[in-house]
Amino acid sequence: MRFGVSITVNGARRKHEVEPRLLLVHYLRETLGLTGTNVGCDTSQCGACTVLLDGKAVKSCTMLAVQAEGASITTIEGLAKNGKLHPVQEAFREKHGLQCGFCTPGMVLTACHLLEKNPKPSDADIRHGLEGNLCRCTGYQNIVAAVKEAAARM
Amino acid sequence: MASKVFGSAVRRKEDPRLLTGQAKFTDDFTLPHMAHLAVVRSPYAHARVKAIRTKKAAAMDGVLGVFTGKDMKDAGFGPIPCAWVVPGSNAKTPPYPPIALDVVRYVGNAVAIVVATDRYVARDAAEAVEVDYEPLPVVVDAKKATEKGRPQLHADVPNNLAFTWTVAGGDVDAAFKAADVVVSERIVNQRLIPNAMEARAALADYRSATGEVTLWVTSQNPHIVRFLLSLDTGIPEQKIRVIAPEVGGGFGSKIPHYPEDTMVIFASKQCGCPVKWTETRSENYRGTIHGRDHIQDVEMAAKKDGTITGLRATVWANMGAYLSTASTGIPTILHGLMLSGAYDIKNIREVVHGVFTNTTPTDAYRGAGRPEATFMVERLVDLVAAKLKMDPVEIRKKNFIPPFTDGHAVATGLTYDSGNYIAALEKALQILDYKALRAKQADLRKKGEHIGVGFCTYAEICGLGPSKVAGAVGFGGGLWESAIVRFHPSGKVNVFVGISPHGQGEETTFAQIVSSELGVPVEDVEVFHGDTGQTPMGWGSYGSRSTPVGSGALMGAIVKIRDKAKIVAAHLLEASVDDVVYGDGKFSIKGAPSKAKTIQDIALMANVAWNYPAGVEPGLEASAFFDPSNFVYPFGAHAAVVRVDVETGEIRLERYVAVDDCGRVINPMIVEGQIHGGVVQGIGQALWEGAAYDDAGQLLTGTMMDYALPKADAFPTFELAMTETPTKVNPLGVKGIGETGTIASTAAVYNAVMDALAPLGVSKVDMPLTPERVWRAVRDARR
Repeated sequence: MRFGVSITVNGARRKHEVEPRLLLVHYLRETLGLTGTNVGCDTSQCGACTVLLDGKAVKSCTMLAVQAEGASITTIEGLAKNGKLHPVQEAFREKHGLQCGFCTPGMVLTACHLLEKNPKPSDADIRHGLEGNLCRCTGYQNIVAAVKEAAARM
Repeated sequence: MASKVFGSAVRRKEDPRLLTGQAKFTDDFTLPHMAHLAVVRSPYAHARVKAIRTKKAAAMDGVLGVFTGKDMKDAGFGPIPCAWVVPGSNAKTPPYPPIALDVVRYVGNAVAIVVATDRYVARDAAEAVEVDYEPLPVVVDAKKATEKGRPQLHADVPNNLAFTWTVAGGDVDAAFKAADVVVSERIVNQRLIPNAMEARAALADYRSATGEVTLWVTSQNPHIVRFLLSLDTGIPEQKIRVIAPEVGGGFGSKIPHYPEDTMVIFASKQCGCPVKWTETRSENYRGTIHGRDHIQDVEMAAKKDGTITGLRATVWANMGAYLSTASTGIPTILHGLMLSGAYDIKNIREVVHGVFTNTTPTDAYRGAGRPEATFMVERLVDLVAAKLKMDPVEIRKKNFIPPFTDGHAVATGLTYDSGNYIAALEKALQILDYKALRAKQADLRKKGEHIGVGFCTYAEICGLGPSKVAGAVGFGGGLWESAIVRFHPSGKVNVFVGISPHGQGEETTFAQIVSSELGVPVEDVEVFHGDTGQTPMGWGSYGSRSTPVGSGALMGAIVKIRDKAKIVAAHLLEASVDDVVYGDGKFSIKGAPSKAKTIQDIALMANVAWNYPAGVEPGLEASAFFDPSNFVYPFGAHAAVVRVDVETGEIRLERYVAVDDCGRVINPMIVEGQIHGGVVQGIGQALWEGAAYDDAGQLLTGTMMDYALPKADAFPTFELAMTETPTKVNPLGVKGIGETGTIASTAAVYNAVMDALAPLGVSKVDMPLTPERVWRAVRDARR
């Protein structure tokens, strides 16, 4: 059994027939070939798969594609505009907020949502806001610095 | 070093692709006609496999094949080799079949594989494979596994002893007899799960017409994987191409050659299409190696004045059910040889038993052996200090090896390259404002509040290493590196290296080296790595070796380029080669700096060869190999300040000071990033992380819900500083920095917590120091 879904991804309306059990992250990665969204766990802990769904950071491994019917999604591929990095992306580079880069798409999108809600966060706000995203490389210090830098730039 | 590029915080070349989702990790590759593989894994820790029924699975729509261990064996796919067998240790290496043949020995051991056209169908079909098991008795504790009457894992390995290895120097028993004080401790350096954020994946494309295979795999060392694949798949080495594309962290867990590497190749061969396997996180917790897991009985001897005179230990190292690729070298060479730490302990003896148990195999995890050595030494130093009522800082100062630049031999037989341990500690004390901190602690204690200060003054061994030493200690490969520098006609440069970085940023640091040494802008240099079809032979990225060893090879190629460019410049400037000097990217005539050719001028002429010196080969390209004369020994002083709530057992990390010395620094931003990440991983071991098995061999910490990984909100801003003591082991004077944080921080934080609890009479709590354990220890001490 397949269901029709219509989802706007990075500004383009996409229509597909999908299995009802298809995870949103697999829809993005395999149906659409947008492999920038990564899968780091199977229990919603790591946040590597975070995308913006109608502006809110969601873990796309914890949603079915059919639940995103009618929604507008931004993945990491859709963040830079006209070849120019988003201020959060710029700040991550400036402050060395990434090493292996696997958690980075989820971190960056979570940071975007965090700054949307709280444009001038304290260190503690940032650390609390990133609790749902795991990074094994950076020790978080430069990620916190990057989010602070992005706040200053935005 | 003329250019300021060396030593400056150049922004990483790796970042733009990683920040935009354009980077390609193994699971991101899809080939035409590609199928997916799923693994059927044992739910039992020890069982005989009585029957495997595959019919139902094989009949499902989209299933291309279901295969067992026997199928792989019949097709000529052999056991996974152990690539490090330490001599003189009576080592046993029972076969590790990629899929179990008759007995499964740990939860997660592969029993069958399923290949299907779709990822979801493969998983469904794997669930439909029916296996009959006859459960066998289980042993998970390494010390118990060596006792009489315990379950035996392998027929030819009595008492489950994989090996017994001894390191000895000086006269240990005499030292203990003569000692004024002796302290002893049982330390459990608990099992950890590496948790690279990218789990493993492997994609094989076998071409029957040519017998060639390409394997994309999450590896830290694709050339080693290729070499080992040539041994266990029967495919000759020149027909195997191994590509480690973007790799999402490793921390040692992507060093081993794994069963799944051969499964996908076998499946691609059988099914006639490319086959991909992607590990789930819960599979990763069972099927990817774990780290640490030592039981250590250790004693330290000292004189009244605090001089440490001896260290004596017996260790039971849990190897898991099989010997993984580098496993036997971790608790021996990389652990036992480092027991002198930063001190001159004249008499040392340690016996290490490597033990098989019904658990996931263990191997290198960030620090790999040195954290287990450092924790042992640094904890015992504090215990001796406590017994003698000495300050932990004073006992360290008393026992440090004095500053040295030309080598210092320690009792275990190693010769450290260079060190200045006291300088690092003094710097840490200054940052801490140590005296004021102790005064504050005393005040707070009067109010019933408990803060603690803990130190770890470490020295570690990395930059692996001289190849002749590798051979002598049983490592089944070399440990040199190679590099190719290629100038294009436009003056732009490609560098090809044997190392295989996966987050450490060598694309940037190596471009900085080329830029500094040859006068090419950093943006004109691209560095390639991690593809045996494109990059030269190398032994990979682990043991903090990429920069110390890899840059040695790069410098060799750079010197060759410069020498050749001088000849071409002399020809173009109509001068003698001896009169040409190099500086700042320009080749000029001595005393006439206006007559000069840039490296770009020379690259163009060398590539077109129109006006060219006779007898000189065209092109501007050089290849070099570098085998270091010794390991490198970074060191430093870390200090933690913690606050313990003795009513709840909760620990808050208030400050963390890290002073490290990795010799000369190429990119301080990257070095600091390595320290931050390492420190957090080590603190994870002290406070939260620990893999737990029940007596039946079930992994109780089987998902990220049950295994506590460090999160952003648990840390203060770390206070970092460096000292600089160059090494003479490599041309740039650099030491590794990838593991120091992990090696140092576990002991620093643990010692801080014990310092906080000292007035309550608590001096030991097993790691991780969860609130419950701390609370219980406080309660028991109060009784």
